[in-house]
Amino acid sequence: MIYREAGQFKTSYATDQMMFPILQDRIFMILVIAVAYLIPLIANEYWLQAVLIPFLILSLAAIGLNLLTGYAGQLSLGTGGFMAVGGYMTYKITTAFPDLNVLIAVLLAGLLAALVGLVFGIPSLRIKGFYLAVATLAAQFFILWLFNKVGWFVNYSPSGTITAPPRTLLGIMVTGPEATAPVRYLVVLTFLAFFALAAKNLVRGRIGRSWMAIRDMDIAAEIIGIRPFQTKLLAFAISSFYCGVAGGLYVFFYLGSAETEAFDIALSFSVLFMIIIGGLGSILGSILGAAFITMVPIFLTNAPPLIGLSMPIDLQKHIEVMLFGSLIVFFLIVEPRGLARLWQIAKEKFRLWPFPH
Amino acid sequence: MTQRARQIGDALLKVEGVHLSFGGVKALSDVSFEIREHEILAIIGPNGAGKSSMLNVINGFYHPQEGTITYKGETRKRMKPHAAAKTGIARTFQNIALFRGMSTLDNIMTGRLLKMRRNFLWQALYWGPAKNEEMAHRASVERIIDFLEIQSIRRTPVGRLPYGLQKRVELGRALAAEPDLLLLDEPMAGMNVEEKEDMCRFVLDVNDEFGTTIALIEHDMSVVMDISDRVVVLDYGRKIADGTPDQVRADRVVIDAYLGVSHDQSETAEQA
Amino acid sequence: MEILNAFFVAPFVDMGSDYIFFAEVVIAGVLTGVMYSLVALGFVLIFKASGVFNFSQGVMVLFAALTLVGLMEHGAPVWLALIGTVLVMIALAFAVEWVMLRRLVNQEEIVLFMSTIGLSFVLQGLGEMVWGSNVKALDIGIPSEPFEVGGILLNEFDLFAAASGAVLVGVLAVFFHYTRIGRALRAVADDHQAALSVGIPLRTIWIIVWSVAGMVGLVAGIMWGAKSGVQFSLSLIALKALPVLILGGFTSVPGAIVGGLIIGVGEKIAEIYWGPLFGGAIENWFAYVLALVFLLFRPQGLFGEKIIERV
Repeated sequence: MIYREAGQFKTSYATDQMMFPILQDRIFMILVIAVAYLIPLIANEYWLQAVLIPFLILSLAAIGLNLLTGYAGQLSLGTGGFMAVGGYMTYKITTAFPDLNVLIAVLLAGLLAALVGLVFGIPSLRIKGFYLAVATLAAQFFILWLFNKVGWFVNYSPSGTITAPPRTLLGIMVTGPEATAPVRYLVVLTFLAFFALAAKNLVRGRIGRSWMAIRDMDIAAEIIGIRPFQTKLLAFAISSFYCGVAGGLYVFFYLGSAETEAFDIALSFSVLFMIIIGGLGSILGSILGAAFITMVPIFLTNAPPLIGLSMPIDLQKHIEVMLFGSLIVFFLIVEPRGLARLWQIAKEKFRLWPFPH
Repeated sequence: MTQRARQIGDALLKVEGVHLSFGGVKALSDVSFEIREHEILAIIGPNGAGKSSMLNVINGFYHPQEGTITYKGETRKRMKPHAAAKTGIARTFQNIALFRGMSTLDNIMTGRLLKMRRNFLWQALYWGPAKNEEMAHRASVERIIDFLEIQSIRRTPVGRLPYGLQKRVELGRALAAEPDLLLLDEPMAGMNVEEKEDMCRFVLDVNDEFGTTIALIEHDMSVVMDISDRVVVLDYGRKIADGTPDQVRADRVVIDAYLGVSHDQSETAEQA
Repeated sequence: MEILNAFFVAPFVDMGSDYIFFAEVVIAGVLTGVMYSLVALGFVLIFKASGVFNFSQGVMVLFAALTLVGLMEHGAPVWLALIGTVLVMIALAFAVEWVMLRRLVNQEEIVLFMSTIGLSFVLQGLGEMVWGSNVKALDIGIPSEPFEVGGILLNEFDLFAAASGAVLVGVLAVFFHYTRIGRALRAVADDHQAALSVGIPLRTIWIIVWSVAGMVGLVAGIMWGAKSGVQFSLSLIALKALPVLILGGFTSVPGAIVGGLIIGVGEKIAEIYWGPLFGGAIENWFAYVLALVFLLFRPQGLFGEKIIERV
């Protein structure tokens, strides 16, 4: 009986077009964000570092990919590559300009990633679907190869590794080995909160609608006056910006140091999993999907000992891989439109409760 | 059909000597006609006569090998569809081309994309000018929703709507662009009598209230004879007649080529 | 000028001056290409008959090879192990149809694609759980003596590989063109609904293509495994099969063969003659860039039909 919209009359289009038109949803979202900011008070180092920080960063990358694949309908397997651009460029920028705020370095690196995404988006003028996926694979492999081969990108470090140097924000250490997990968590959370809202705004306005129009029927979109090429390129650029920012955060606020292997094709695939499990064309879904994909393996690793089962480590690893695969298939069969759709159904049910219809 | 709010004016669009072929197949050969301001022009003809191809040429989706299109005094040979949209040409499709993943409201809002100016940074913030712009367009889209009487399906994904309503939403999307020239490709195909009557009413109202010039393709002869000011008849990619409904009805060539044996019962022409 | 020379003249001079070495490079490329072709062939079969973009084809190669080696390690003679593996692959086809395909009918392409990625995880975990995850040598007694023809060094094994690839393609071609099942398959590939309406059992067809794709995978697995050991990296050739498919078109069997050879030879030549200019290891991305450039000029692939857009 709590979740009701009865009595909430909308008297202007502005209130009708709000992100969360139902009062209870607004309260719920504010609560979620507040709780997220208070988590460092209760969570321990392990949870923050190994679970929550990667979850938040990958959520951001998933939102980026969802803008491109879920909204604009352009399949991409190059997420890892675009994230690598963000990571490596943040490193270049912050080592070249040590006085520049590291968060600005991350954003600038995101812009460079957007530029790279723009270039690799050009083939989308002529090719679609799985064919386009191959173009983005070219981005994935070429970018990593470039960072491996050209010493300039890693400041000629012989090991080819980039390491986050210590940087401060308002006098507090935010990157480097000295930075504590709660601080890094809060920075990453702020990034995600801001960019998730921005993405939500984008997709409910003109740009989101032109992306979806291209996705649903590109010919009709063109005939009502949408320029397909520009629209797709914008999707590539904004999506790559998100991925680039996520890549910068990934190196500086999570890994601490990285080689190109951190951004290999497996990362591209896992981000793709996130948006499909979470729901294509849903910002909330991207976050739910990221939670699912980052937490299930952790759960699978920790569950057997909890119920008193012990098994050889490699056997457990294999079972984990199998279960993970089965879960993906299971979810696709149960709800191909993802967790976001399940969430929506649950809300509908709750709204009508106790009546079935 | 005698009292009209606006008088039919000069030619808004002129098609001259258009040839179009795909590989060896001729779709249109030497077609010329004009669409006059504020009129309702019907393009009729048997299946495969090149009617849809003609609309596709007008809004730039197909590029004719020969011939010119003069629109608002400007002559052109090639044009991209989105450029055509910018100059005020909107259309609907024979096989509904709505964005199935989006709601009715969003679909109609896409019709106003060309009129929205704020860039993506404003959009991302959804604040100030971007928000005001969104609200202004929402208001005009709501007027179209009222006009087409589809308030109740505002939030329904169009993929779930019945066929007749989808056609109506598609008309709404075209209207949202406030076009000068509206191309309707079989707006009443597959509808029952009541739905057809509704659609006729909308078409006439659009023409009357907004003064929009309309070119439509239709197979139902009674509809064509009732609502159109002039009729162009195509057969095998050639124009065989052009005139008022009465003239066309009486035209020997049309009767022979198109209406077949049923000389005086134009209502049964559909089956031809 | 020096750069232009290094890119556009010197490599060709190298090719001409040591043509025996060049021939060996091409042959090595052809053999890699045969492997790509075999994997791409599995893709094409499944894509044609069920519209599923089967990402797990690469893992199926690994799984088949692992099963074969595993059976042989447990003392089965080669012929028995082969039969056993074929049976396992057929059982796999049944399982895929039962568990996945029939429940995902009419879903969007990307959902089907994702489900095959899920399947590839399951197969990989299963294969390694049952048979272990260390690198295994595969020896089913294919001769591998090197010999010389006109100064060019060849290996019996390579010839054998090429020949069995050719035989496999021939058998498949005959199967598709002259048998009743083959006709049904082509009908399904053309139009699912129409095929259903004339009484072709879709599910049976799916099981058959997945079985055939499994056997094609087995052949690829034997070839590749005998050459460089059965290991996880086998499954990664699936990614290389993508540009092959682009080149050949997703639905063309000859396209898969020709595309595989072009990519195989192209990347070997590029690596040997142009690789040093880029600092090496360009094999990683060359195939994708080649496919990309190709796509820009011919989006429908080598053997695909021109797409005419309609509204």
